[in-house]
Amino acid sequence: MSQQRKAVALISGGLDSLLAARVMLEQGIHVEGINFFTGFCVEGHTHAIRKQDKSKPKRNNALWSAEQLGIKLHIIDIVEEYKDVLINPKHGYGKNMNPCLDCKIFMVNKAKQWAEENDFDFIITGEVIGQRPMSQRKDTMPVVSRESGADDRLLRPLCAQNLPETLPEKEGWVKRDELFGFSGRNRKPQMALAKKYGFEDYAKPAGGCCFLTDESYSAKLVDLWDARGTREYEMDDIMLLKVGRHIRPAPHYKLIIGREDGENKFLQGYKNNFITFKTMDCPGPLTLLDGVATDKDLELAAQISARFSQGRDKDSVTIEARRTNGDTTTLVVKPMPASEINPEWYV
Amino acid sequence: MSHFELDARRMFCPMPVIRTQDKIKELNTGDTLEVVSTDPGALNDIPAWCRINGHKVIETRDADDEVFILIEVCDV
Repeated sequence: MSQQRKAVALISGGLDSLLAARVMLEQGIHVEGINFFTGFCVEGHTHAIRKQDKSKPKRNNALWSAEQLGIKLHIIDIVEEYKDVLINPKHGYGKNMNPCLDCKIFMVNKAKQWAEENDFDFIITGEVIGQRPMSQRKDTMPVVSRESGADDRLLRPLCAQNLPETLPEKEGWVKRDELFGFSGRNRKPQMALAKKYGFEDYAKPAGGCCFLTDESYSAKLVDLWDARGTREYEMDDIMLLKVGRHIRPAPHYKLIIGREDGENKFLQGYKNNFITFKTMDCPGPLTLLDGVATDKDLELAAQISARFSQGRDKDSVTIEARRTNGDTTTLVVKPMPASEINPEWYV
Repeated sequence: MSHFELDARRMFCPMPVIRTQDKIKELNTGDTLEVVSTDPGALNDIPAWCRINGHKVIETRDADDEVFILIEVCDV
């Protein structure tokens, strides 16, 4: 009796990785999933923070995929190691701050290490030639295989017939003629395969699964780096970029203004790390000040914060500014009219 | 068999799941682990992780903006 071969599948939570793993299960391969958390994953964070989103059903799509497939899923925290991928991408960035090719190489390399440590035979991904402009092109797929060190142990079941034979195919662990030759951005073949396998409620992310592909998020990240004069970041920094309005009235400080109760509550958790502003005589946002501020800056920050309160049309609003040591100052300010907020201040 | 607690407050998905996964690796069959999280998504995600990895969720509850998941570590 032949040995059952084992594959580790990169599971993003999207349809392609779900199908790729399913195709391997169909061929009798033992599959376990691996999912990497970079800190920039769209999965759930804003949903968990924003009160208005909490009524919608919430799930982790990678876990959902694994459950549909009946496979184990290993979720790996790579936040620290990922910093070097983002800060120094050998192959550069995509349209925004997305280092997609370096990211894929890094993740496949991590999966290769995991496979070696856990005695797995090969790695599979849901990549499709031409699906993504940077990492999923015919000329970049061999780069991923080579630079990750996975070489011919990396199999892409959905487009394998368009690529050279890999080790699992050469060794007869999987049948090449039962793999697929998908290419391009047309999703119909994947949707047809999903239907065949009975997958209906799969995730359909509109903007991909990574905040770094988002123009607005990328602009906030670059602004953060420019203002600090360094590209280093911590988990809290990248979380805060997902929350609130970001307004920079001067190079040396930025305001993060909560847009609703859930965000205000989340920002309140940072009161010992940043100067905070809250309205005292009307409902309003919780505002963080990231940077250093003079008394004049505090006054301006309070006026801007008041602009986003329900007292925006009043002659004055009372704001409490709280320093990180707990000392408070009460400011009575005239809310800044919308027309006086320089559009260039919005990050 | 021992009881353990895991404080996953102020973490967002999937960090509570990752911390649960890593903690359970250190535990023995029959041990119980109570996870406390402020991310309501943990009420779905941690039981899902337990189902696919063969551990038993004994109880879930939420109170005062915190969620609690009690898990029994199974032999997998």
